Amino acid sequence: MAEDEIILSELDDEELVLQMHDDLYDGLKEEIEEGVRILLDRGWAPYDVLTKALVAGMTIVGADFRDGILFVPEVLLAANAMKAGMAILKPLLAETGAPKVGKMVIGTVKGDIHDIGKNLVGMMMEGAGFEVVDLGINNPVEKYIEALEREDADILGMSALLTTTMPYMKVVIDTMKEKGMREDFIVLVGGAPLNEEFGKAIGADAYCRDAAVAVQTAKDFMSRKHNKLAAG
Amino acid sequence: MSDLLSRLLASRDWLMADGATGTNLFNMGLTAGEAPELWNTDKPDNIRALYRGAVEAGSDIFLTNTFGGNASRLKLHSAQGRVRELNRVGAALGREIADAADRDVVVAGSIGPTGEIMAPMGSLTHEIAVEMFHEQAEGLKDGGADVLWVETISAAEEFRAAAEACAKAGMPWCGTMSFDTAGRTMMGFTSAQMVALVGRLDHPPLAFGANCGVGAADLMRTVLGFVAAGPETPIIAKGNAGIPKYHDGHIHYDGTPDLMADYAVMARDAGATIIGGCCGTMPEHLRAMRIALETRPRGPRPTLDEITAKLGGFSSASDGTGENAGAGRERRGRRRG
Repeated sequence: MAEDEIILSELDDEELVLQMHDDLYDGLKEEIEEGVRILLDRGWAPYDVLTKALVAGMTIVGADFRDGILFVPEVLLAANAMKAGMAILKPLLAETGAPKVGKMVIGTVKGDIHDIGKNLVGMMMEGAGFEVVDLGINNPVEKYIEALEREDADILGMSALLTTTMPYMKVVIDTMKEKGMREDFIVLVGGAPLNEEFGKAIGADAYCRDAAVAVQTAKDFMSRKHNKLAAG
Repeated sequence: MSDLLSRLLASRDWLMADGATGTNLFNMGLTAGEAPELWNTDKPDNIRALYRGAVEAGSDIFLTNTFGGNASRLKLHSAQGRVRELNRVGAALGREIADAADRDVVVAGSIGPTGEIMAPMGSLTHEIAVEMFHEQAEGLKDGGADVLWVETISAAEEFRAAAEACAKAGMPWCGTMSFDTAGRTMMGFTSAQMVALVGRLDHPPLAFGANCGVGAADLMRTVLGFVAAGPETPIIAKGNAGIPKYHDGHIHYDGTPDLMADYAVMARDAGATIIGGCCGTMPEHLRAMRIALETRPRGPRPTLDEITAKLGGFSSASDGTGENAGAGRERRGRRRG
């Protein structure tokens, strides 16, 4: 119905940002791209578009995912829409030297093909302003170690979905300890069968039950890390 | 009704399935990240021991060590060219153990998920999924499986593809999904939706239900969800023996044999016909479950409160079915159509 049609460019800034939150929630990729362009044309700083429109919108998606209102298909759609918006912002953010939240290396452990959760975490972390280096599936310990050193990352994220692959996370953490590099990184683990106690027992900093929790936990650890640096 | 499982379902009140595959194989030295399916040819005696463990503990049905035996998953181990062989051998070892038993034991050919997301959300098309599952199904059939057993599925699309593959192989099948996210599957599918899906399939399963997921209590809630939807098909309950804990260098599930015995009886009383365990369920759990099923009289359908009192709390407030479930957020307005 024509009278119901929303013309993004006719909305004022505040209305447009709220509409973009709705459109992210609904996974409307083209509308998000359009919204990002309009805000940029109106002179918004790329970093403000990222945080106020995209990150804030994905926070709503994340909360409803955490609360069992949205599930993987909806979150994937939302994340794809966010990625499309990010693609426009990325080069501009690099030019304007926008603040970086942190850098995460992420991958599914050796033997585990199940990367749906890992992909969600990666996308939500990007949505929250983190730089994400995705190692994909089936990673042996060497690959994690090499990437952490090469990328000068802050956070390692590991994911496993199977009883047969969960223990491999400990292999990676133990190797980091042997190399004396465990304390240099925040290690977050996730995957449907895991739990908090399991995460602690294998020596991770935290277990994150879903992508929304992963983002919040990463932010908390990063702010603690910064406080520590400031105090030291 | 020529297949063994159909005959048993017609003559028995309940049937006991098996327990864990991965947890048992770990105890035999499988290391994290290794493909369990490769042991079908590399260490066949361990696989025989796995199957025998379930049969000797009283299982009427056991699943073959072929959960990850599709091309998509075996590719990780560069074994995508061995799908037919690994499934055939996995089933043939099962045939050998079942035929040596002094009673009827069903060899169920395990088929796990591809690990990919199906189109349009993901890249896996229905045609390719059917082809992958069919290749595996033919291998299991060659090896002498009595029935195919599709398990741990999250997406309705993937369940449908597996059903079609079983039909192509001309095999009877059973199918279970994993309800591990706020009472639903990861893809948001509810127990009631699964009952509706099963009722619509051209090649319906002999039995359907839930496996894995979070713990025995959550799985029981899912079973009650199935029952409430009034299915025509027998229900399968295959819950984990508690939740995984890590100590002394290995994974241990915290559910005791006593807890699993309570769970088995509750699952039967709730309306499940095929009852077994999943991750963490060892032969000692199965033995306790068998004794309980044989000796404890049938009781009334357990309530949610009785379930949490005996098996522990649920992982989420709701199972995702019913009117209030999944209420979306208040929208500001509409969107162009």
